Amino acid sequence: MSHQLRGAAAIVGVGLSGMPSAPERTAMEILAESVHRALDDAGLKLGDVDGLFTGSSYHFLPSLSVAEYLGLKPKFQDTTMVGGSSFVGHLLNAALALNAGLCDVALVCYGSNQGSGFGKLKTMSETQPYEVPYEPRYPISSYALAAARHMHEFDTRREDLAEIAVAARKWAQMNPLAFKRDPLSIDDVLNARQISDPLGLLDCCLVTDGGGAVILVRRERAKDFPKEPVFVLGCAGATTHRQISCMANLTTTAAADSGPRAFEMAGLRPSDIDVVELYDAFTINTLLFLEDLGFCEKGQGGAFVRDGRIAPGGALPVNTNGGGLSCCHPGMYGIFTVIEAVQQLRGESGDRQVANARTAVAHGNGGVLSSQVTSILGTADVL
Amino acid sequence: MDDTDDFTGPGPDLIHARTLEEGRFAIQKCNSCGNHVFMPRVLCPHCGGSRLEWTPIDGRGTVHSTTVVRRRPEKGGDYDVSLIDLEEGVRLMSRVEEIDPAAVRIGMDVKARIVETKSGNVLTFVPA
Repeated sequence: MSHQLRGAAAIVGVGLSGMPSAPERTAMEILAESVHRALDDAGLKLGDVDGLFTGSSYHFLPSLSVAEYLGLKPKFQDTTMVGGSSFVGHLLNAALALNAGLCDVALVCYGSNQGSGFGKLKTMSETQPYEVPYEPRYPISSYALAAARHMHEFDTRREDLAEIAVAARKWAQMNPLAFKRDPLSIDDVLNARQISDPLGLLDCCLVTDGGGAVILVRRERAKDFPKEPVFVLGCAGATTHRQISCMANLTTTAAADSGPRAFEMAGLRPSDIDVVELYDAFTINTLLFLEDLGFCEKGQGGAFVRDGRIAPGGALPVNTNGGGLSCCHPGMYGIFTVIEAVQQLRGESGDRQVANARTAVAHGNGGVLSSQVTSILGTADVL
Repeated sequence: MDDTDDFTGPGPDLIHARTLEEGRFAIQKCNSCGNHVFMPRVLCPHCGGSRLEWTPIDGRGTVHSTTVVRRRPEKGGDYDVSLIDLEEGVRLMSRVEEIDPAAVRIGMDVKARIVETKSGNVLTFVPA
């Protein structure tokens, strides 16, 4: 018997804003714009929203600030904060709340003007007293330590990581909203300024503006909206640490836990998935998550991505919007994996559309490889 | 299970900081399961035991992973950040010194020492 939450919630509206950039606009303004577009997409009004799921690096009490700004009086609100993976996790929490009848229309939303407004990472993060004396550069040195270990254990090459950045750029070149669309070669990535070895500037995600919103309803209402519904077939989260010095196994993330549970809920396997959206804060992320989610064996990620395997025209479409590396990375990227997956499953992705996509993974990462949340999305065909 | 419910006096974070300022580096060992623990805690993350006793480290370890953090020469130049596996079975972040940061290798044997800095004593490592 399938899991009671399998397909219990449907995404009926998505909206993006602030892309590729939104100078002179605040984070909350960008968030509200994306909410407007998601509601329009769903044929709903703000007053219909009675469940609010959000997170922020700008607001200490994010759901209160968002509810106030939008004029919402949510019956249910959730601000589970697991970094950039939060918004993928909100799908599960929204499905729970909808399924329990605690709300009828759930809004997941995020906005940031990090690109135009700050130019560097906006954070409310506390310092880590047992790491800070050694001056790791946050967050990149944490990811660099994982990358160095993966290269040591599995002979992964910097060229393999560069291949991931190049694939993301090729997808971005087909996305009119992507921030970086100029050509990129393996050599460009390898020759870019090193930041924290083995990671260089072009192994790192962008710092951009951007906002996203997602509207969910219960399954039985899914057909009542203008767009083809996309169902949350499975979703699961896991965590292994907060700071990289406490990550027991630097080459296996919590995605090896969240992934199998999400697939089990969905009743699907990695080989059933048509399109994959992974939170690529750094090139090593994509490689680790492809392994941990079961798209290839542990240690084989480098070989897996070679020769354009995850680029347009390759065997597995990965990060089809250009990802955090080339499309957008407004501080926390998780919601953009969901929105790109939904647009692909609806067939709305224009030049970068993956033909006949019916199943997708949208996977969020939070902290420094700390929190992993995997969602499996699908069209009515696979319900 | 050898536990305690006595949570009075300075906590493990403060004890650790004071010990380091005295020029020593100690980690905890769980009386219940025998595992060493770092960072300092009230409860053992392996078994939940609450009787964690301080023990000096031998100071021998190996580099588990390493990165060269790039920095402009006028700001002090490149430096190492490494994760060190201590012989006692715990991992900590530190810096390998007295060697070109680019020459630090995973698997390298290192030896701990305490160095004074402007912000207080820190534990660093040198090649063994």
